[in-house]
Amino acid sequence: MVKMLLVDDSRTVRLVGRRIMDKFGFEVHEAEHGEDALKVIRDHPDIDAVLLDWNMPVMNGLDFLKALRSLPLPKQPTVMMCTTENDMDHIMLAMEAGANEYIMKPFTEDIVRDKLEVVGIL
Amino acid sequence: MDPSDYEFLSNFLMKASGLNLGEGKAYLLESRLIPVAQSLGLSGIEELVQAVKTMPTPQLKTSIIEAMTTNETLFFRDKKPFNELADLMMPKILEAKKLQRKIRIWCAASSSGQEPYSIAMQLKECIPELSAGWNVEIVATDLDNQILAKAKEGQYTQFEVQRGLSIQMLMKYFEKNDQGWQIKPEIRNCVTWKQLNLLDSFNHLGQFDVIFCRNVLIYFDTDRKKQILDRMAPQLPKHGYLVLGGAETVLGICDSFNRAKDYRAAVYNPAHAGIGLAGTASIRK
Repeated sequence: MVKMLLVDDSRTVRLVGRRIMDKFGFEVHEAEHGEDALKVIRDHPDIDAVLLDWNMPVMNGLDFLKALRSLPLPKQPTVMMCTTENDMDHIMLAMEAGANEYIMKPFTEDIVRDKLEVVGIL
Repeated sequence: MDPSDYEFLSNFLMKASGLNLGEGKAYLLESRLIPVAQSLGLSGIEELVQAVKTMPTPQLKTSIIEAMTTNETLFFRDKKPFNELADLMMPKILEAKKLQRKIRIWCAASSSGQEPYSIAMQLKECIPELSAGWNVEIVATDLDNQILAKAKEGQYTQFEVQRGLSIQMLMKYFEKNDQGWQIKPEIRNCVTWKQLNLLDSFNHLGQFDVIFCRNVLIYFDTDRKKQILDRMAPQLPKHGYLVLGGAETVLGICDSFNRAKDYRAAVYNPAHAGIGLAGTASIRK
């Protein structure tokens, strides 16, 4: 079963994300910000994929991504940014930091499914 | 919807465009045609039917046909046909055309352009030798002039560019602007756009190395499907390929094509080539 971590400070976005991931049969974990997400990763180093917001309190998505990529995990998870930051500069920054895909909010179930297919999770 | 209005529109669409609506598609008619009626200042389907009966202008007919034949489409839909185009078809086509160095691909129902642009991107990505003196023409046809104009512009919304397209391809082949995302000229210029009804002659189009005719034959009845497929076969040389939608087949419809070996997508060789899985298209209903 795919283990998915949803990282977003919006409870509503996490709820919508969870509903979509439930349909795909994924095991879903949640975090409210980057620091929280790092704790989840330490507890569950076998997380397969992360759906990651950019702008969050405490630790933003980009800083989390950089920290995640420096962790000595048995297998690095696939990271899909999921953010309202939709200009080329932000996309480039995220990709350079090690993001695998990029979803521009607002998203739909179809978009999430297509992107999961693109990265080979579905 | 009044059953007589449904029957009238069903017959109208069959005669005007060959679209076989069948039974139980009232929801489809309503969802597509109520906006058309409203745009003309009519109250709904009933008044639209009256307008077609009393003032059947070409513009009115076109609006109805175009509303009914436009499909949802996404980039690299079903993936397999695009991967197999690059990995399996193209090496054989490159060999067959090494003297002419000209390749022609036809998208027979290109809708809003995602399919021809996906083909152009796939070839750029996977067959780099094409940039060295090869002439590649992708001909995209559709019944709907309005959708062709949109496709030619190559302008897509944020939602559209997230359907089937990886972020790497988006960054490489699109430019962001105030309206959304526009495909770059290097890809746009690979595609030629033409209005075409699949019930009309294909002779003026010339021959193609590959024909993509995906998810459009479902709108035609068996006789018209056969007629279209039989007329597509001569548009292909012996080394040519026909690509249908994943849920489509020529089986039981026509003998003009044989299923191509080693393909997971619905790929066919013209029967006149004498190759492929002979006999796979010979069962008639």
